[in-house]
Amino acid sequence: MDAILLQILNGLDKGSAYALIALGLTLIFGTLGVVNFAHGALFMIGAFCAVTLSKILNASYEVIDETKADFLGNPLKVKLTYVESWFGPETGAAIIDWAVPLAILFSIPIMIAIGFIMERGLIKHFYKRPHADQILVTFGLAIVLQEVIKAIYGANPIPTGAPAVFRGSFDFGVLLGYEANAIIYPYWRMVYFAFSALIIGGVFAFLQFTTFGMVVRAGMADRETVELLGINIDRRFTIMFGVAAAVAGLAGVMYAPINSPNYHMGMDFLVLSFVVVVVGGMGSLPGAVLAGFMLGILESFASMNEVKNIFPGIDQIIIYLVAIIIILTRPRGLMGRKGVMED
Amino acid sequence: MLGLNKKDTTLLIIVAFMALCAPFILNPFPEGSSMAQMFNAGYPDLMQRFVIFGILVIGFNILFGLTGYLSFGHAAFLGIGSYSAVWMFKLIGMNVIPAILLSMVVSGVFALLIGYVSLRRSGIYFSILTLAFAQMCYNLAYSVLGNPASSYNLTNGETGLQLSLNDPRILDGAASSEGSLPVTNFFGVAMRDSVQLEIGSWLFTFNAGYYLCALIMLISFYVSIRIFRSPFGLMLRAVKSNQQRMNYTGLNTKPYTLAAFVISGIYAGLAGGLLSSMDPLAGAERMHWTASGEIVIMAILGGVGTLIGPIVGAGFNEYFKNILSKINDSVLHQWLSFLPDGLEDAIVGVLHFFVGKGWHLSLGVLFMVVIIFLPGGLVEGGQRVSRLFRRNKTSDDADNASHSTPAE
Repeated sequence: MDAILLQILNGLDKGSAYALIALGLTLIFGTLGVVNFAHGALFMIGAFCAVTLSKILNASYEVIDETKADFLGNPLKVKLTYVESWFGPETGAAIIDWAVPLAILFSIPIMIAIGFIMERGLIKHFYKRPHADQILVTFGLAIVLQEVIKAIYGANPIPTGAPAVFRGSFDFGVLLGYEANAIIYPYWRMVYFAFSALIIGGVFAFLQFTTFGMVVRAGMADRETVELLGINIDRRFTIMFGVAAAVAGLAGVMYAPINSPNYHMGMDFLVLSFVVVVVGGMGSLPGAVLAGFMLGILESFASMNEVKNIFPGIDQIIIYLVAIIIILTRPRGLMGRKGVMED
Repeated sequence: MLGLNKKDTTLLIIVAFMALCAPFILNPFPEGSSMAQMFNAGYPDLMQRFVIFGILVIGFNILFGLTGYLSFGHAAFLGIGSYSAVWMFKLIGMNVIPAILLSMVVSGVFALLIGYVSLRRSGIYFSILTLAFAQMCYNLAYSVLGNPASSYNLTNGETGLQLSLNDPRILDGAASSEGSLPVTNFFGVAMRDSVQLEIGSWLFTFNAGYYLCALIMLISFYVSIRIFRSPFGLMLRAVKSNQQRMNYTGLNTKPYTLAAFVISGIYAGLAGGLLSSMDPLAGAERMHWTASGEIVIMAILGGVGTLIGPIVGAGFNEYFKNILSKINDSVLHQWLSFLPDGLEDAIVGVLHFFVGKGWHLSLGVLFMVVIIFLPGGLVEGGQRVSRLFRRNKTSDDADNASHSTPAE
């Protein structure tokens, strides 16, 4: 029982990432009808926002510390970060420590701006072109973004730590009456799950309870009628593209402490996120979220040693296998709507 | 000739001529000059890649160009072909013919299975399904089937499948006991054998492996022309233009698309088998989905749905990959030394990201530019340019004619 619980928990953080990326993909697909192969790159850029902010905060200059001396008796030069010199040592250190959560604020405007530029500058011109062209141009964009990041930050993963408060692990087992160390779960993954639940809830509330969201949903259901009512649906869809980019970016920012960001992390997640979207049903937001968590948990179950002994390698292919079965048996996916991309 | 019309025959002859004279055409600069180091591409390894990727993209074009089904998992067949060929070298012998045949058969079988499932859906779903299958193959090759400790070690994982001295090699086991690894051969002609011809300061290399690949490429090209011009090809085009209407007329399109998928899978397997025949080492990275993406890029660069496009795209991609990865900052400084220093440094600083290890970036940018402005690829570009000239010419003629009439 505790093993099962542990696997469910383990699946949650990856599932959260899948769900967030798939949510953004579905938002774009549902509104604009474009399959965005560059969405993984947006996730990666989010993670590199965290890296950038922590680099900026760690920018330092050398000062001579009179109180300390090196082994020759000369005053020691120490590096002092600007943040520490501005806000005092304690506040400064705390700010640096909290670089990743702060990067959330830093990344939102960046991601929305990137989303706007992408939609207005590139994808807008592809609405009338075949789906294959849309896939290809966003695929090209993904390569370009990935290579730009590689050129700037290098090919190696850059470790980016969570705040010290969240670095340890939490012993769930004791809480539920199992022996100690049975279910250990890192704090940051809990934070990640909570954060993604918050974002998902926020997006749904935004779509459900605001006038803007209502118009967007109407546009997703029947674009022409909304246009006939004199509503500029294009502008709203552009904003939704920005929102989707921000969701992917935030997923990336918070993922940085879990996996050190590297330039190809976006592509790695993208393929799986597509699978998630297809399993959930093209154009269905709840489906994307559900399938994201489901596949994350399924993947973590498949990587249990007990399962692997029976089906070697099942952990590597389980997601694809499930996707293939779903597409063949329920072509619309788990919660796909009728008439959305059925060809 | 050979059942082709005049235009196609000319095309085939031009391609054959280019392929056979490639060692001359690709080595325009004298040996040892700085231009030769940069721009000469007439060495066996690269020429082999030109034609092998040509075969691969010709096959991809039969699927994507004719039916419009965008497969994002074609590299899986390339990898499967490579592995089968290396296994043939290990088990049977070093002759390349059985290896190539096996790689075609095995990848054909895989294509049949994957195609049967994937083709139940079309559009984006098809792309994602093929992508999922290819990633599945890649993951399996990398993990379970590639774990040297497990009993199903078919692919040898990260190290890649390679020959070893104690392979059985039933047919030429005696020859392998000499202490060094045997080389792949075509009935005794080793694939790495080369004849070098020196004319003045030019050095031309004629490689046996290259000519085998080129010959196979020509055969594949011929087959693809025949497919394009056949009723079968017409049916595939009809699927591309409106599959629904085809279905409404009571025609089941599935066997046609499946046949196209299997043919293109066999082409990819053939290319994989040839890659292994030239260098008997197969790694899982050949199946990674970025490799599939590269196949798509090559096809688009050249021009989808045209006969010559795939060869142009594959050649262009490989050639520029080769050149761009050779250029580094010092070369750039050398080229731009006529500029004032500050400007030179600035330009080199910008170009730095596009050359050397950053050639992927140039390729990505080029790919996007082609998709956005030139959906028909380089072939369409060429056609546009030639049409421009022709139009100018005809208008000139018209002008001449109008001018000349009063004089009469």
